[in-house]
Amino acid sequence: MSDTKSSAADVAQDATASTVATDLQDERLIHNAGAGGAVRAFFTRVRGGDLGTLPVIIGLVVIWAVFQLLNPNFLSSTNLVNLTLQCAAVGTISIGIVLVLLLGEIDLSVGSVSGLGAAILAVTFVQQGWNPIFSILLALAVGVAIGLLYGFLYTRFGVPSFVITLAGLLGFLGLQLWVLGPTGSINIPFDSFLVQFAQQWFLPAWVSYLLIVLFVAVYAWQLVSQARRRTAAGLSAMPAGSIIVRAVVLLLLLGAAAWYLNLTRGVGAMFVFFLALVLIFNYALTRTRWGRAVFAVGGNVEAARRSGIRVNRIYMSVFVLCSTLAIVGGLLAASRLAAANQGSGGGDINLNAIAAAVIGGTSLFGGRGSAFSALLGILVIQSISSGLTLLNLDSSVRYMITGVVLLLAVIVDSLSRRSRRAAGRA
Amino acid sequence: MTLTSQPTTERSRPGDHILALRGVGKKFGAIQALTDIELDVHAGEVVAIVGDNGAGKSTLVKILAGVHPPDGGTIEFHGNKVAIASPADSKQLGIATVFQDLALCDNLDVVANLWLGRELTHNASLDEVEMEKRSWTLLRELSAKIPSVRTPIASLSGGQRQTVAIARSLIGEPSVVILDEPTAALGVAQTAEVLNLIERLRERGLGVVLISHNIADVQAVADRVVVLRLGRNNGDFRVADVSSETIIAAITGATDNAVTRRAAHKTASTSIVTEASE
Repeated sequence: MSDTKSSAADVAQDATASTVATDLQDERLIHNAGAGGAVRAFFTRVRGGDLGTLPVIIGLVVIWAVFQLLNPNFLSSTNLVNLTLQCAAVGTISIGIVLVLLLGEIDLSVGSVSGLGAAILAVTFVQQGWNPIFSILLALAVGVAIGLLYGFLYTRFGVPSFVITLAGLLGFLGLQLWVLGPTGSINIPFDSFLVQFAQQWFLPAWVSYLLIVLFVAVYAWQLVSQARRRTAAGLSAMPAGSIIVRAVVLLLLLGAAAWYLNLTRGVGAMFVFFLALVLIFNYALTRTRWGRAVFAVGGNVEAARRSGIRVNRIYMSVFVLCSTLAIVGGLLAASRLAAANQGSGGGDINLNAIAAAVIGGTSLFGGRGSAFSALLGILVIQSISSGLTLLNLDSSVRYMITGVVLLLAVIVDSLSRRSRRAAGRA
Repeated sequence: MTLTSQPTTERSRPGDHILALRGVGKKFGAIQALTDIELDVHAGEVVAIVGDNGAGKSTLVKILAGVHPPDGGTIEFHGNKVAIASPADSKQLGIATVFQDLALCDNLDVVANLWLGRELTHNASLDEVEMEKRSWTLLRELSAKIPSVRTPIASLSGGQRQTVAIARSLIGEPSVVILDEPTAALGVAQTAEVLNLIERLRERGLGVVLISHNIADVQAVADRVVVLRLGRNNGDFRVADVSSETIIAAITGATDNAVTRRAAHKTASTSIVTEASE
C-alpha cells in the first residue's frame, strides 16, 4: 500500500468528490462493482482468511450428503423434524458459550448448570406441586446467581474462568444430585405445558409461512432504510437489485425448508424458540453498545477499559447470560425428555455445547464470532449424532467422530487466524 | 498538499492560556520523581517536553491524564484551579491523552475504534451511518490518509494507527491533546504524516503537548520546548531561537556531554583519515 499521493491525483480526487460516495473516494481502494465484483470481493476475503460461516456450511453439506448416501432416511422430513427438536436444548446452551468465547473466556460448567436447572424444575413442580411458572423463575434465578458468582470471582480475584467453571462443573453436579435426593429420577407429567411445548407443539403450516414472510419483510425493510440513510449521508449504499436478490433468496431458502418440514409434523415450537433466541442475541451483539463492548473487551481489554467501557460489568453480564442460558437449555432438555434425572446435563452435553460454538466459527481466542455459530454448529453436531444413530452405530463411534470434527474446526480456526494475520485482517 | 482543515469548534482562541502547572511535585516512595514543575500551554501552540530517560516526562503525562494524582502544587485549567484525580476527571476537563501503546482494538474497524465507549445510537441501536459519516468528516479535516473506515485496525500501517488514535482523542472535543512519543515506532513517511497531523491540531486551535526523544521532530513542529532533567525544569526555549546543541546541553545538564564528545571524536577521526589519505 503506497502512502505517497501525487498532487495531480489530489486534484482529480477533488474533482470527482461530488459524485463519488465519501467512503469510496480513496484511489487505493479496489472497487468491486456489480455482481462479478461481489463474487471477486468474496473470494478475496476468503483467501485472506476471513472465512466466516463458509467452512461450517461446506461441512454441513458434506455431512448431509455422506449420511444420505449411507442411509436414504437421513434427509427424510421425519428425521429432519427430529433433528430440529434435538438442536434446541444444546443450541440454547451454546449461545451462552458463544458469548463467553467472544470475551476470550470459557464456561466448562454449562452441562452441570443445565442439569441443576432440570432438577430444580422437576423437584419443585412435580414433588412440591408448585405452579410451573414459579419453578421456571426459581431455576432462572439460580442461573443468574451462578453467573454473578462466576463474575464476582473472575473480576474480584482474577481467577481464570477455566478454573472457576471447572470447580462449578463439580460443585453444581453435586448440588444437582442433592436437589434430586434419593429418588434419582423424576418424571414430568405428560400433559403439563412444558412437555407439550417441547414435544407436541408445532406451528400450523400457514403460521410458519406467515412468520417467514414477516421475517424477510423486516430484513428487507432494514436493508432499504439503511441504504436510504447512507445515501442521504453521502455514503455508498447497497444497490436496490442486491437487496431484492438477497430478500428473494432468503425467502426461497426459508420457504423451502419450512415446506419440507411441513410435509410431516412441521416446525416445532421449541425450535422456533431457539431461533428467536439466536436472532435476539445476534441483534444484541451487532447492533447495541453492549455488543460492541463485548467485542472490544474480547479484542483488547486494556483499550476497552481506557475507552471508558466498564469492563467488569461486561464480564458480569456475559457470565450471567451464559449460566442463565444453560439453565434455559436444561429446562428445554428436561421438557423434551419429560424427566429429570441424575444424568441430566451429563454425558456429552457440556462438550457438545462448546464444540458447537467453535465448529460454528466463533474463535477460541476472543473477539470474533456470531450468535449464528451456535445454530450452525449445533446443526453439524446433531446431524452427525442423528446420522450415526440411523446407521445403528453406538455412542463410542459418535464420540470419536464428534471429537474429530471439533478438532478440525479448531484447526480451521487457528489456520484462518494465521492467514488473517498474513493478509492484515487479524 | 491541500489544506482542507478548518477549526470546527472555536472553544478557545489562539493564544488563550489553557493549562498552567505551578510547583507540581510527585513522590514514589523514596524517589522524588518531579519537583516544582512549571508548565504552560496556550491554545494553538505545540509544546514539546524533552528529557532523558528518567527525567520525569512520563510521570508528568500521567499526572495530566489523571493516572497519578500530584503530591503538591496547583494545576490551572482555563484560569480555574482544578484537581485531576482520575482519568475521567482529565477527560471531563477536555484533556485528551494518546498513550504510546495507542490502545486500539485490532478486531474492530476504524469507525468502531473511533467511537468506542461513546457510540451514537438511533432508535436504541447503533447509528452506524451517522458514526461513519462523522468519522469521514473528522478524518478529512485532519487530511488523514485512511483508504476505508470499514477495515479492521489490524490491516492499517503504524502511521495510520497513530492517526486513528489521535483522531479518536478529538471526538470528545478536547482543548488540550497530549501525545506520548507519537513518532517513536514510525518510518520516515509515517513520521511526516504524524507531524502534519500535529500541525493540523494546532490550526484547530488546540493546545498540543508533545513528548518526544527526537530533537529533529521537536524542531520541525514545536513552538516551545520544555526541558526536564532529573524531575526538575531545566529550560524553556522558543524553538525558533534555539539550536539543537543548546537543547541537548539542557537535557544532559552540561555543554560537555556524551553527544558533544562523540561529535568531537568523530570530526577528529575523520580529519585523521583525511590527513592519512593525503
